[in-house]
Amino acid sequence: MTPGLWELVLRGVWVTLQLLVFGALLATAVSFVVGVARTHRRWIVRFVAGLYTEVFRGTSALIMIFWVYFVLPLAFGWQLVPMWAGVLALGLTYGAYGAEIVRGALTAVDPAQREGGIALSFTPWQRMRLILLPQAVPEMIPPFANLVVELLKGTALVSVMGMGDLAFSGSLVRLALQESVEIYAYLLLIYFVIAFLLTRAMRALERRLKAGVGKAPVRKAAVPSARVPEGAGAGGGA
Amino acid sequence: MNWDWNAVTDFLPHFRDGLLVTLQALALGSVVSFLLGLVWALLVRTPTRWVSWPVGVVTEFIRNTPLLVQLFFLFYVLPEWGLTFSALTTGVFAIGLHYSTYTMQVYRAGIEAVPTGQWEAATALNLPLRRTWTVVILPQAVRRVVPALGNYVISMLKDTPILMVITVPEMLSEARLYAQETFRFTEPLTVIGVAFILISYSASLILRTLERRLVR
Repeated sequence: MTPGLWELVLRGVWVTLQLLVFGALLATAVSFVVGVARTHRRWIVRFVAGLYTEVFRGTSALIMIFWVYFVLPLAFGWQLVPMWAGVLALGLTYGAYGAEIVRGALTAVDPAQREGGIALSFTPWQRMRLILLPQAVPEMIPPFANLVVELLKGTALVSVMGMGDLAFSGSLVRLALQESVEIYAYLLLIYFVIAFLLTRAMRALERRLKAGVGKAPVRKAAVPSARVPEGAGAGGGA
Repeated sequence: MNWDWNAVTDFLPHFRDGLLVTLQALALGSVVSFLLGLVWALLVRTPTRWVSWPVGVVTEFIRNTPLLVQLFFLFYVLPEWGLTFSALTTGVFAIGLHYSTYTMQVYRAGIEAVPTGQWEAATALNLPLRRTWTVVILPQAVRRVVPALGNYVISMLKDTPILMVITVPEMLSEARLYAQETFRFTEPLTVIGVAFILISYSASLILRTLERRLVR
């Protein structure tokens, strides 16, 4: 590949990284707002938040992108800059998945912790901020790491709209070179390297956060914990 | 918003064509991913390093790269290698391959969840390895993995619109074609969006009942 084409690819990497960072920020904000709302006392708040997750998880990210690009401008009379349209579609979709992670981690906190907060007459907001979230957030990191990789893979979808991200610049280079194997192999490799760095960074973050709560991070066991033989088979097995 | 019900009824025949292709791609893609995933899971468990290690690396690679790019790769590269398939076949294979790297992890967890006593009993009964797998381990493992596999079928459903980029006439392609002919984007895109929500939501309800039945 000539330097000019490499430059095109690098510009694509830059757009992809921007989409990833802004999309992840929006998705995180959405996940926390919606996830916390799903544990709210009032049923109507829980219902609205639940509806949001079902709608955005139920449709496909690509359909959301089409919607934001084509239907929103018609419906409201304004059009988004492609970058923000992409970020909006990705952030809202992956935020719905993230909301389930937040909800799951919040409900997994030992109920006694919550009761302790009530006994100390903390307000609900104080309980959330001082007791529940600090314990729940480290638990959210591994599933969020998966989600961020999913988001990275999702950014490739905006290339369908002609946005100059990595996947799009890759298809331009393919047209220029007429050499599919080489360019797509490079593209996949670049995506993989970004994903790999992301997972590493998330693992480091998890370690730091868990140290903050005084819990050692559980190393992902290669063997799923030596199972204690249970029940009738225990004695007769060996 | 200018909503036109005539456009909806007008779009419905195209919608039906697209739905059929979507379901077809989904069904075939699921079968490919279920079978291939099992193959990966068994290969990764083999004691020989030079089999399990490459399989692990390749599947990790496939799982962490976008399906869209993989789709382009297969669509443009396979013909260069003299393998020409229809767009639908390529798409089914791409989706199946991508998701097999996920189902592989499901099978792995399912196999590892079978109590060790079952393995020991099979050894004690002197069952040959093949029979241990087919009559003892897999029947118990598969039962546990059905709900998790179902979740990936729903994910696959939501990834079928990507097949549009290689000209498979599934739901989103039909909606886009219709929009380009009539300049009406709102109705077709909303119809397929609602269809996706309905299908995936009812599928997840079915799964939840299935899960209650199968997993103790």
